Amino acid sequence: MARNNARPLSPHLGIWKPGIHMTLSIVNRVMGAGLATVGVLALVWWLVAASSGAEAYATFMGIATGWTGYVVLIGLTFAFFLHMAMGIRHFVMDMGAGFDLKANRAWAWVTVIVAVVLTGLTWFVILNKGL
Amino acid sequence: MGNGTALGRVRGLGSAKGGSHHWWLQRVTALGNLILVLWFIISLLRLPSMEHGVVIKWLASPLAAVPMALFIINVFWHFRIGMQVIIEDYVHGGMRVITLGALHIWTFAAGGFALFAIFKIAFTGAPA
Repeated sequence: MARNNARPLSPHLGIWKPGIHMTLSIVNRVMGAGLATVGVLALVWWLVAASSGAEAYATFMGIATGWTGYVVLIGLTFAFFLHMAMGIRHFVMDMGAGFDLKANRAWAWVTVIVAVVLTGLTWFVILNKGL
Repeated sequence: MGNGTALGRVRGLGSAKGGSHHWWLQRVTALGNLILVLWFIISLLRLPSMEHGVVIKWLASPLAAVPMALFIINVFWHFRIGMQVIIEDYVHGGMRVITLGALHIWTFAAGGFALFAIFKIAFTGAPA
């Protein structure tokens, strides 16, 4: 499987002018990977702690309501909503729509706005009643 | 079929015939996620608080425990497929085999613990 490094590669990241659609494509992968690791860890920890009893649950909640907990949870909320909005955008593109440059850029921005607004709304509700 | 470049080695073999199924499952589980994760977030937001007793009482109800278990299965299936694609894109050679193995173990171990926790609460958690 040795590869001859002298051979040319097809055009890659370096030659393209970065745009929101390209950036979001990368960010979407990173968000997915973050949810699959950090998000899953937090979810499983929460469930196992809840099933283990009040003491284990209190330990989890102690960390979740500390400032690191908030940073991670708000980050996960944003990651989910962005991944969700990007996923819906993918459904549209899977049907062959939304590929011309202007529409593609515009909808890419819409996913970011949707993610920010939904994350804000979610945490507005949470902080209003306390975690 | 040549044996020089990576392209030369695979030219003429055709596709592995598994790609479109993989791609399709990613979309099907994505649709499931859309429903189940939103259900999960809205359910948590509607709980009066995140105190232990409240959460246990909620999860002990079949109307929470069943979608919660489905949520775990669907989300884990989806991330298992997605992470495999990422690994196949960026990790090569022997490391790829190790990483894919680790992903598989992570998915099933974490999923097993999550499902057990849900069922434990559902079956023993709170008096009906």
